[in-house]
Amino acid sequence: MFDPEVWIMLGRGLLESLYMTLVSTALAYLLGLPMGIAMVVTDKEGIYPRERFNWILGLIINLFRSIPFLILLIMVLPVTRAIVGTTIGTNATIVPLVIAAAPFIARLVESSLKEVDKGVIEAAQSMGASSMQIITKVLLPEARPSLIVGAAIAVTTILSYSAMAGFVAGGGLGDIAIRYGYHRYQTDIMLVTVVLLVLIVQVLQEAGMRLARLGDKRK
Amino acid sequence: MSDDLPIIKIEGLSKAFQGPDGEFFALEDINLEIKSGEIFGIIGMSGAGKSTLVRCINFLERPTQGTVYFDGQNLSDLTKKELYKIRQSIGMIFQQFNLLMQRNVLGNVCFPLEIAGVEKDQAVERAKELLSMVGLSDKTYAYPSQLSGGQQQRVAIARALATNPKVLLCDEATSALDPATTKDVLMLLKDINKNLGITIVIITHEMKVIEEICNRVAIIDKSRIAEVGSVEEVFTRPKTAAAKRLVFPEEHSIEMVPGKRCCRIVFNGNSSFEPIIAGMVLDFRQPVNILFADTKNIDGKAFGQMVIQLPDNELTASRMMEYLRAKNLTVEEVDGYV
Repeated sequence: MFDPEVWIMLGRGLLESLYMTLVSTALAYLLGLPMGIAMVVTDKEGIYPRERFNWILGLIINLFRSIPFLILLIMVLPVTRAIVGTTIGTNATIVPLVIAAAPFIARLVESSLKEVDKGVIEAAQSMGASSMQIITKVLLPEARPSLIVGAAIAVTTILSYSAMAGFVAGGGLGDIAIRYGYHRYQTDIMLVTVVLLVLIVQVLQEAGMRLARLGDKRK
Repeated sequence: MSDDLPIIKIEGLSKAFQGPDGEFFALEDINLEIKSGEIFGIIGMSGAGKSTLVRCINFLERPTQGTVYFDGQNLSDLTKKELYKIRQSIGMIFQQFNLLMQRNVLGNVCFPLEIAGVEKDQAVERAKELLSMVGLSDKTYAYPSQLSGGQQQRVAIARALATNPKVLLCDEATSALDPATTKDVLMLLKDINKNLGITIVIITHEMKVIEEICNRVAIIDKSRIAEVGSVEEVFTRPKTAAAKRLVFPEEHSIEMVPGKRCCRIVFNGNSSFEPIIAGMVLDFRQPVNILFADTKNIDGKAFGQMVIQLPDNELTASRMMEYLRAKNLTVEEVDGYV
């Protein structure tokens, strides 16, 4: 129904979307995972309570989470230019994606780790485990299924954020949808991009849930 | 029991928590000595502070005041690292077992060895040894969720023993288990105490756990130690109100008939096959009124006590008491019940 060029463009858009999403997710976890761990560990019920630090970190996370992504995208343009050298294209989109997703991931990680039974942590403490050993040998492995579910949520959320980057010529399927569907009234192309996005979300979500179930030894 | 230094010595210990209405003392002025090699019970109603007390022994809770000595060392003097090290000499098991659910049985028993930095091969070897000791070799690669409560507690015991501790702390370790499994686990603990010489500290709210395996017992009531002594002593002749409440939980249900002589008979390992009271009634051809009885048959021996009302006749009453004493029972006259 479309010219071959349109399909090629859609294929490139798909790859760009996946690239932005996966790289952003990986980088956002590099920031968000330690933040989430820090939130749990320094909680007043945590294994290394530091209430003031916890409060400040929580505040920073909330601050970034409360900025709508589209506004954040524009706000961080100078940062993007400083890091990537440009404000358009997929690499430029990764910067705001990471900044937006890291605090969100921190909260996901926090809630996963909080599910770990306090008794198991206490047992590890009674054996003389240090805080670091408790994090690496108890908190993270015991929360693994929940962390994987969280990762599936994170990656699909980041994908939908990445589609918004089309507004600032960020590349990917969202960009195509805006350029063709919004600026040129070519609704059919826009619909195809939406279908493709739905499919990616479906696949990623399902894969995540399956991985989490498979690795869970609780049943 | 040796006269050596106690393995655990607690001096003037208090623990305060910040409650909604200000400070609240979970423990006040606790003094205790636990000897090496004994099975020491700490019993109390829920909320009495016994769980906090056991956590003060390995400093999972830091005392607000007072000192805890473990094997002669003042725990307050230790650095964090030294404390981690010493905790490897104090195993602990819990009411809810607290196993790592994402690790199999072998991985759970290896866990404390990993923390202690033991080589993997050695750890696995030691873990298998322990699993065979607790009778779970066939469950080596099972996950905790596939095991019964009793099996999970056995894994927890194997795990607690992995680092060759000197003391094993048991926090309500049998409270989540059914009576038969409770007995099995208690017997296992008894064997461990006997064969490995590990001192065991048992926290419980159940008198039967204490009766079954403890040598000595401390009764904790409203944040304080009410009574300490040999199980025999405390169980047969409780001195304080708190102890009496635990030993005679049904106290309030008995109506006293005034003006008659009562006596308390303590069964302390007499043969349970000999019908003493019935024999006495037949011999004297006089009825006695049993007001209270709480006796248990443990391995063919009777333990516990009974309160009977003697006949009005002074002479018969005295002779009955003589009769009971002749049967090697502890008999004492009481004015009222308890």
